[in-house]
Amino acid sequence: MSNPNRPLSPHLQVYKPQLTSMLSIAHRLTGMVLAAGVVVFTIWLYLVTTQAAAADQLAAFFAQGLGAVLLFAWLFTFNYHLCNGIRHLFWDAGKGYDIPTVYKTGTLVIIVAVLLTAGEIYWGYVS
Amino acid sequence: MAEFRLPKNSKVKKGNHHKATNAGKTTTFKVYRWSPDDNENPRTDTYEVDLDNCGPMVLDGLIKIKDEMDATLTFRRSCREGICGSCAMNINGTNTLACTTSIKQFKGKEIAIYPLPHMEVIKDLVPDLSHFYAQYASIKPWMQTDSVPLPDKERLQSIEDREKLDGLYECILCACCQTSCPSYWWNGDRYLGPAVLLQSYRWLADSRDEYTGERLEELEDPFKVYRCHTIMNCANTCPKGLNPGKAIGEIKKMIAQRHAL
Repeated sequence: MSNPNRPLSPHLQVYKPQLTSMLSIAHRLTGMVLAAGVVVFTIWLYLVTTQAAAADQLAAFFAQGLGAVLLFAWLFTFNYHLCNGIRHLFWDAGKGYDIPTVYKTGTLVIIVAVLLTAGEIYWGYVS
Repeated sequence: MAEFRLPKNSKVKKGNHHKATNAGKTTTFKVYRWSPDDNENPRTDTYEVDLDNCGPMVLDGLIKIKDEMDATLTFRRSCREGICGSCAMNINGTNTLACTTSIKQFKGKEIAIYPLPHMEVIKDLVPDLSHFYAQYASIKPWMQTDSVPLPDKERLQSIEDREKLDGLYECILCACCQTSCPSYWWNGDRYLGPAVLLQSYRWLADSRDEYTGERLEELEDPFKVYRCHTIMNCANTCPKGLNPGKAIGEIKKMIAQRHAL
C-alpha cells in the first residue's frame, strides 16, 4: 500500500550539471531575455518615428556604462540563441544526436556566440 | 508549473556516521536513507567502507554495508552484471547502475548515493516505479499484426531490417535515462519520458509490426512526445550506451513525415 508521506527523491539538488542540460536551460533563459529585449527595441523604434530626442536619449543610455553592458549581454543571448537554434534544426533533421557530437556542437555554439558578440561590439563601438 | 524545490517532508537532513572497523584503506559512502516506519525526514548516513575487503563495484560496497555495518539499508539488486537494471541509482550526481560502476574511478573521494531523482521513495534507495511501468504498458510493447503468419515459419526479417533495432532492443528499462530528464521531472505525469519513448520507437522501427500508424497516432499529443526538448541528459547517462534522444528525434520525424504525405 502506498504511504501518503513518501518523500520525493532529490533531483536538481543532486543531479550533476553537465553541458547537455546547461546549454538546454541556457536556450530557454536566453529566449526569455530576448523577449524582454525585443520590448525595449520596439519602444526605441517607436520613439525614433515619434520623438527623436527621446530615442537619442535611449540610444545614449545603451552607448556606455551599465547600458552598454546590458546591450552586450543581450547581444550575446541573441547570438547564443541563434547558434543553438541552428543546432536544434540539425537535431530536428535527425542529425548530431550521438554524445561526442552533442558535446562538439555544444562547445562550438558557445565559441561562435562569443566570437560573434566580440565582432559585433568591435564593429559597433570600436571601429 | 514545475516545482524546483523539494517538498517539506522530502528535505534531506544530516544522518548518522558509521566508522570502519579496520584501520586500512577506506572510502566514504554517503547514502540517502528514508524509512516509512517513522515520521522522520530523509537523511544521508555516511559509512566508512573497508576497501581492503570489498569487491570492486559500488554495489559491492552497498552489499558490504548491509552485511557488516547496517542491515537496515535497503536497495534493489539482482544480476550484478548490468543486465537486470535493478540497482539503478544516482551515484555522484548521475544515474547509473551500481553494479557496473567501479569504486576506484572516484579516487577515494566520497561517493554520494541517492535514489533515482524526482521519484516517490518507498524506502532508502528504492523508488516507486509503478507509474513508469504503467507508461511502458501504455505504448503496447509487443508486436501487433493483422496478417496471418505462414504456419511453418516465424515472421522473417532481412538483415538490414534487423539492424534497425540495434541500439534499441538492448534497453533494460532501468529508468536511469527516464529519471535523468528534467522534462520528465516537471511533466512526468503526462510526458512518456526517454526510456518509454525509446521502447516505443523500438516497435515503430520493427519491420514486422503492422500497427505503425496507430502507434504514431497514439503518440501525437502535446505532452507524450513533445515535452522532449532534446536536453540529452538521457543519452549522457544511459549505462548501456544507448541514445533515447535520437530515438525520440526519429519518432518526431516519423510523425512529421506522416503529415507530409
